Amino acid sequence: MQEFWFFLQLIIQGLAIGSVYSLVALGFVLIYKASSVINFAQGELLMVGAYVCLSLIVQFHLPFWAGFLLTMVFSVILALAIERLILRPMIGEPVISIIMVTIGLSLVLKSFVSALWGTQIRVFPTIFPQAPVRFGEIVVSQVYIYTFAASIVFLIIFALFFKYSRMGIAMRATANSNQVALSMGISVKKIFAISWCVAAIVSAVGGILIGNINGVNVTLSAVGLKVFPAVILGGLDSIPGAVLGGLIIGILENLSGGYLDHFFGGGVKEVAPFVILVIILMIKPYGLFGTEEIERV
Amino acid sequence: MQQCGIFHETYKKDMAIFQTPFIKVWMALFFIFLAIFPFIARPINSIVGTNTLYLANLIGIYIIGAHGLNILTGYTGQISLGHGAFMGVGAYASAILTMRAGLPFWIALPLAGLITAVVGMIFGIPSLRLKGLYLAIATMAAQFIIEYAMRNWTALTGGSSGMTVKSPSFFGILLDTDRSYYYLIYFFVILATLYTKNITRTRPGRAFVAIRDRHLSAEVMGVNVWLYRILSFGVSSFMVGISGALWAHYVLVVSDEHFGIWLSVQYLAMIIIGGMGHVLGAIYGAIFMTLLPELLRIPEHALTTVYPDIFAIFNSLRDGVFGVIIILFLIFEPDGLAARWHTIRNYWKLWPFSY
Repeated sequence: MQEFWFFLQLIIQGLAIGSVYSLVALGFVLIYKASSVINFAQGELLMVGAYVCLSLIVQFHLPFWAGFLLTMVFSVILALAIERLILRPMIGEPVISIIMVTIGLSLVLKSFVSALWGTQIRVFPTIFPQAPVRFGEIVVSQVYIYTFAASIVFLIIFALFFKYSRMGIAMRATANSNQVALSMGISVKKIFAISWCVAAIVSAVGGILIGNINGVNVTLSAVGLKVFPAVILGGLDSIPGAVLGGLIIGILENLSGGYLDHFFGGGVKEVAPFVILVIILMIKPYGLFGTEEIERV
Repeated sequence: MQQCGIFHETYKKDMAIFQTPFIKVWMALFFIFLAIFPFIARPINSIVGTNTLYLANLIGIYIIGAHGLNILTGYTGQISLGHGAFMGVGAYASAILTMRAGLPFWIALPLAGLITAVVGMIFGIPSLRLKGLYLAIATMAAQFIIEYAMRNWTALTGGSSGMTVKSPSFFGILLDTDRSYYYLIYFFVILATLYTKNITRTRPGRAFVAIRDRHLSAEVMGVNVWLYRILSFGVSSFMVGISGALWAHYVLVVSDEHFGIWLSVQYLAMIIIGGMGHVLGAIYGAIFMTLLPELLRIPEHALTTVYPDIFAIFNSLRDGVFGVIIILFLIFEPDGLAARWHTIRNYWKLWPFSY
């Protein structure tokens, strides 16, 4: 019975972290779908968001909601600048150039963050109640529950946005085919910019949520790397895939950390998602919901 | 571009590497310079203020690895974000073979290359079904998995404390100085450069380029795409493994910290800044990426004497400068330094006619 509760606890924590991965993966998939750009700087966007929110609250003594909103505004401006200055000139370039340009961007963001805020870990002021709650035998910190709830709320908001709003429909159309969308009178350039904005917003939210659990420092950007297994599992160009992939990776990561750590001497959590990633790529290269590229001669 | 007044009458002449006497003379002078550089390094050091021979050795090591990545990415069109880890595999393999198994360096070196080639080919297996983005991510996974193994497989790799390595000896001469090791490294640099230069003239090399340009057409023409993709991973990892082994026996200590994703990014940056798919590209890129930190150190020194606090900030901004340079190169000079060099050279050749 003890074993079972341990298992359940790992699952619940995994779900909470996984839901944040889902959010970040959503941003990733959005950019990829709209503009076929793979964004290696997703983790850095997340880190920047967390830092901006943290310093707005701690240094400028804003209430949480004001800091949160200002962070969103900042993320949008940052995303627009990135899209306009760095990605727009790269349209039509080969994949490797686009990958490298986002890696370059991630280096720039990371160095700015460590120059401005230093590298030591900083703790978020408590936003969610910290007191642990008990479900039967399991003790779960409330932060996990709030994180899960907040991510789910954001995911639902974005699902509704894509389903019903004009802009969301335009974004889906662009993702389907740039040329057709263009001929239907949708400004594809604008959609590219907006998808970067949305990606930056969801990343910043993810950063604030994860920062609440683990504290904020430069290693927070590693969360961006965890997103790769999540999106590959779900399929690079599938929004439901991103959500599901994020949850699955979060759970698997936590389970492998809980059960395998004493066999491999710690740190399994860091590498397990990538092992999963390689296995997925071998078995089902386009993920659960990804579009299979059929190539025939 | 062919020079005016040169007419090839045989295929052999057309395929020659050094086509004109002018180039032959230049290359001979260049080789003489390479050979005497260790002896003239000391006066240069005193002028520049750093150990140029050490930098030259690092450049040599990186050139070998960059040639390797260039074969994979520049010629075959497969992106690898795992070459930093593959270099680590070479370094660890050589360290383990010499220190644990007691093999001499000259046997351990090619074996390290082969072991890296096998590891590279295993992680290259997804390339049979994947390309572009998916492959980049698969190789990134390889990077993290290998890094984890280097850190946590303590019985084999010594864990986070790393391993110490001995200098190799050559017929009784211990190659433990910058100067003697320089010749060892540059022997392999010349081998690797000749190999890379020649590979495009062979059947596999042509197949690589065909796969890069359009893999479906290559398949129609009878190229075994799967075989050559894996082969390209093997050749490329072999070279980067050799460079890792050379690095290990030069620095004399192997630890997982040196082979992080940052090194993979640096390798990619080398071939992008240098010029993908050019032999000269890897060389220019390796030189550029090794000298750039040294150049960035100059303003840093100047500033720290005036404002001591700025040092910490500048230190972290240095990575950012790398990022900015990568971005600027990709936007303004996507074909790299090698292409820029061709443009400049052709400008002078064609002058006063611009076409």
